[in-house]
Amino acid sequence: MAQNREYFLRKMHSLLGVIPVGLFIIVHFGVNYFSTRGEAEYNQAVNFMENLPFRYTMEIFIIFLPILFHAIYGIYIAFQARHNTNNFSYFRNWMFRFQRISGIIVLIFMAWHVWETRIAAAMGQEVNFDMMANIVENPVALIAYIIGIVSTTFHFANGLWSFGITWGITVSPRSQQISTYVTLGVFLALTYVGVASILAFV
Amino acid sequence: MSEKTIRLIITRQKDQDGKSYKEEFELPYRENMNVISALMEIRRNPYNAQGEETTAVSWEASCLEEVCGACSMVINGKPRQSCTALVDQLEQPIRLEPMRTFPVVRDLVVDRSRMFDSLKRVKAWVPIDGTYDLGPGPRMPEAKRQWAYELSKCMTCGVCLEACPNVNDKSEFIGPAALSQVRLFNAHPTGAMHKAERLNTLMDGDGGLSNCGNSQNCVQACPKGIPLTTSIAALNRDTTLQSFKNFFGSDNNF
Ligand code: HEM
Ligand code: SF4
Ligand code: FES
Repeated sequence: MAQNREYFLRKMHSLLGVIPVGLFIIVHFGVNYFSTRGEAEYNQAVNFMENLPFRYTMEIFIIFLPILFHAIYGIYIAFQARHNTNNFSYFRNWMFRFQRISGIIVLIFMAWHVWETRIAAAMGQEVNFDMMANIVENPVALIAYIIGIVSTTFHFANGLWSFGITWGITVSPRSQQISTYVTLGVFLALTYVGVASILAFV
Repeated sequence: MSEKTIRLIITRQKDQDGKSYKEEFELPYRENMNVISALMEIRRNPYNAQGEETTAVSWEASCLEEVCGACSMVINGKPRQSCTALVDQLEQPIRLEPMRTFPVVRDLVVDRSRMFDSLKRVKAWVPIDGTYDLGPGPRMPEAKRQWAYELSKCMTCGVCLEACPNVNDKSEFIGPAALSQVRLFNAHPTGAMHKAERLNTLMDGDGGLSNCGNSQNCVQACPKGIPLTTSIAALNRDTTLQSFKNFFGSDNNF
């Protein structure tokens, strides 16, 4: 371990992006989708999540710490690149660039989102349908939410594609091509779920 | 005499620490010129487009048939070999720049030492030295030899490093070329005897295999069509297994 610290950190960064953070995002989006079924069902779902056993332990170890590590190390990785899409305007080079841009957007969005919801809740505000409805009443906030959601789904889906390579799952060009289509599907599906959920509050 | 001329804009630099500047040249057109012959013309007649006498532009070349890699430079924004860059196929003015991923020695000449150091770091050779004759090594299946031949075409030209957004002054990343060589030598029946050692060098220290961010520019840029991104993914698989063996212990770890 002493010698291969960087290798270990990179592999951790990759793993944590999918397990648990990616899985958390899927659950989070899934629960949010209750908003499309109306206020009562949404509040019930939120209530269920809020009262899960081991809530704080899970929040810390499945959500907070993994995201914190992935985000901090992710910023370090992102600023190591010198982008050259001007001269090499290939699809994958653009995805490489967008992966880094979307990571930064997700970071900013998430800080704001957590401040307005989770921190507010910790300060005693009740989390429910009205809370979100009040936030997205402001069209600027709604647009920020949509940008944040799409950045997250892109970052996760494209990250899933490179995760396959990082762990040596998709080795051949053909497997990577198929993986591009599969992760595109993941992106479209999650984006639909996310955007439909937020629009339901409007 | 034909009126036709070709125009070049060359990014020049006097020495390692010199400031870079652009100089324009206009040369009489000849048929079937490549960038090297244009540079030779400047050397013969070192006057710039303004008609002022200037120093001849420095550049490197050796094989003139795209197998040595020495003549690599950035031509119209893309790194490639100048010996196979045909003037008739290039948009004018032709812009020549050094591959600035490497230290510029002078004008278009760069120092690619880091690539050769990388080959040493990953032990990109088949060790056969011993105190006695080891005899002939195991045979390689013909189909595998043909596959390995493609990987062995690398001429250490540096184009893939120049194309990679993660190879730069802010990162230690070793770059695609040396990585793919590890795959080549690990596939060799005698080279495979040091497989674990080579894989460990890719995981040790900073700037190893895991620094790849999958922009996949390298595979598009490589003039030899080497499947660099396939090599990188295959090495990711090998190092993942190797790291598990290292961590959990294995009775089959070499
Ligand atoms: C909070 C701010 C975040 C930043 C700054 C960030 C940054 C990055 C960067 C720079 C990469 C590229 C790594 C590479 O290619 O070597 C990356 C990969 C990845 N990210 Fe994030 N990220 C963030 C949040 C997230 C979130 C919320 C998720 C989950 C939905 C996520 C999932 C992933 C995945 C799966 C990968 C691919 C890992 C791999 O290539 O093996 N990231 N992240
Ligand atoms: S892999 Fe291709 S681009 Fe890279 S150094 Fe070798 S020949 Fe040049
Ligand atoms: S001179 Fe050898 S590759 Fe161009």
